[in-house]
Amino acid sequence: MIGNLPFVVCMILVALGLWTLLIKRNLVKLVIGVGLIESGVNLFLVALGYVRGGIPPIYTYAPTTAPWVLPTPQALTLTSIVIGVATTALMLAFAVVIYRHKGTLDTRKIRDLRG
Amino acid sequence: MSVHAPILAIAVPLLGGFATPLLAKLHRRVRDVWALAVVLFVGACVGYVAVHVFTQGIWVYVLGARQPQETLVPGGFPIRIMLVVDAMSAFMGIIAGLLSLTAFPFALRFLPEEEGKTLALTLGLLLLAGILGMAYTGDLFNFFVFLEVTSIAACALIGFRTWTSRAPEAAFKTMLLYSVSGLLFLLGVAFLYGEYGALNLAYISAQLRGSFVDRLALALFLAALVMKAAAAPVHFWAPDAYGEAPAAKTLLLVVNTQVSLYGLWRVLFTLYGGLWDAGVGWLVVSLGLLTMVVAAFMALVQTDLGRLVAYGAVSQIGYMMLGVGVGLVTLSSRPDYALVAMKGGVFHMLNDALTVGLLFLCVGAVEWAKGTRDLRELGGLGHGLPAVGICFLVASLALAGIPPLNGFASKILIYQGSFRLSPILSAIAILVSILLLAGFTRAFQGAFLGPRVEAQGVPGVFLVSMAVLAVGILVLGLVPGFFVEGVVTPAAEALWHGRALYLAAVLGG
Repeated sequence: MIGNLPFVVCMILVALGLWTLLIKRNLVKLVIGVGLIESGVNLFLVALGYVRGGIPPIYTYAPTTAPWVLPTPQALTLTSIVIGVATTALMLAFAVVIYRHKGTLDTRKIRDLRG
Repeated sequence: MSVHAPILAIAVPLLGGFATPLLAKLHRRVRDVWALAVVLFVGACVGYVAVHVFTQGIWVYVLGARQPQETLVPGGFPIRIMLVVDAMSAFMGIIAGLLSLTAFPFALRFLPEEEGKTLALTLGLLLLAGILGMAYTGDLFNFFVFLEVTSIAACALIGFRTWTSRAPEAAFKTMLLYSVSGLLFLLGVAFLYGEYGALNLAYISAQLRGSFVDRLALALFLAALVMKAAAAPVHFWAPDAYGEAPAAKTLLLVVNTQVSLYGLWRVLFTLYGGLWDAGVGWLVVSLGLLTMVVAAFMALVQTDLGRLVAYGAVSQIGYMMLGVGVGLVTLSSRPDYALVAMKGGVFHMLNDALTVGLLFLCVGAVEWAKGTRDLRELGGLGHGLPAVGICFLVASLALAGIPPLNGFASKILIYQGSFRLSPILSAIAILVSILLLAGFTRAFQGAFLGPRVEAQGVPGVFLVSMAVLAVGILVLGLVPGFFVEGVVTPAAEALWHGRALYLAAVLGG
């Protein structure tokens, strides 16, 4: 059971992110919510890739006694982090533009598009 | 060269997109010619791949090896990224190629130079690369990466007009939904990776046992792709997005929703095809019905021509979900109805691309002529722009499913298939068509009928792009049999019992 603790923590992070998206009304806080979900998913991927006592198969003379670890989850996480940076930057850029037009970040006050 | 067609269809627009701003430094004309050349090349690749797949079966392209068998380590575990193009992927490729071939010439004339035309073209090409990547890939993580490529490119296009206050708002809303959808998809991929240690779609599909984790992953995939495909109850980003993006680029956003729907079919039929469950089918059917009803009612009350067409586009997503969903429900009990409904759903993707594409081009032409899209200010454009008016009328009637246009050809298959499951389903679908007819008649009357007004003429290239789509609508409506037999049936069957062939093509024997 204790071995599953990292996964539980990741899921709590994802749930907190979704909760943030549902209750917060500030554009920057919404971006933070997406960031929380993203961290949860990335941590989950890294946690999946962990093997106790494993050896990274990145050099030729790696000992064959210990289990080799497939480096895929780390590669996935790196890709996902890069994508996350791009989406976060884009969302923050839109938040800045919206603030320049409206002078507020409150979603209740900036609804031009309804119905 | 031709053996690399699937990867070139993705790589060329990706690199071509990033080369566009550099070429724009040389001369605007160089950039325009370059963008057109890239789109033409992609069209040729997509066409070649489609012909190859329809005549010789599934095309597996492995990155870094000649044969898929070379990548299998003992135990049948594939270790390289591969593109797997079956009839359904090739069909999506054709839709993307066709719409980009009409959208780009239109966009070259439509986008004003001082409003950052170079960047809009760049983003359009990146979006095209992402769409084709999603359609062709056979690897779940790759699918996620291309999903995010389309998300970022699409949202940048939506929020492109930063000097208006509405565009950034629409873009922020869309980006929020898209990033949540992408992350849910990634979480689903992570669950499956944790369970089976692989990312290859075919390998996971062969291993899938239907455990609790598998079902959780399916729920995450469903939620993510339904969000991205603009189905109710998470459709609210789509009208804003379609309404605010430059009209010529909206066509690519429409293809983007369709390719997300394609992803949903891929997950439901190929990935989870072995553990088929009627409950999931009913879920897709009910979401489809909800989408079409909500969107049709919303279309009735719109006063902005762009948003009205956008709601029309969303309602058509509902028809595709109804058709394929009925197929999922009846797949094991009554396969003859299931295939009819699925053919209808798949055929409707092509028809929707043509009709909604033409409607958005008309919206663009109206905006070009009058500088506004507000139905309360428009009127009488039919005198000055008869060709645009006729195209709008043809596309509206096709969208509402009036014979002999293409919308009827696919909707009749959907009605037939769903009637056998329950007459109520087809009754609702027909009622929604009538509602859409009412909404679009009002739009046609508001924009094109009435006393003559002064309007700027539209350039010839607009009319050429619109004529291509209008001819497509007529041809598919008048002689649907040829296309249904040649293209739609293989695509629907690729989903239906093509799973075994798909797995065999990737994993061998």
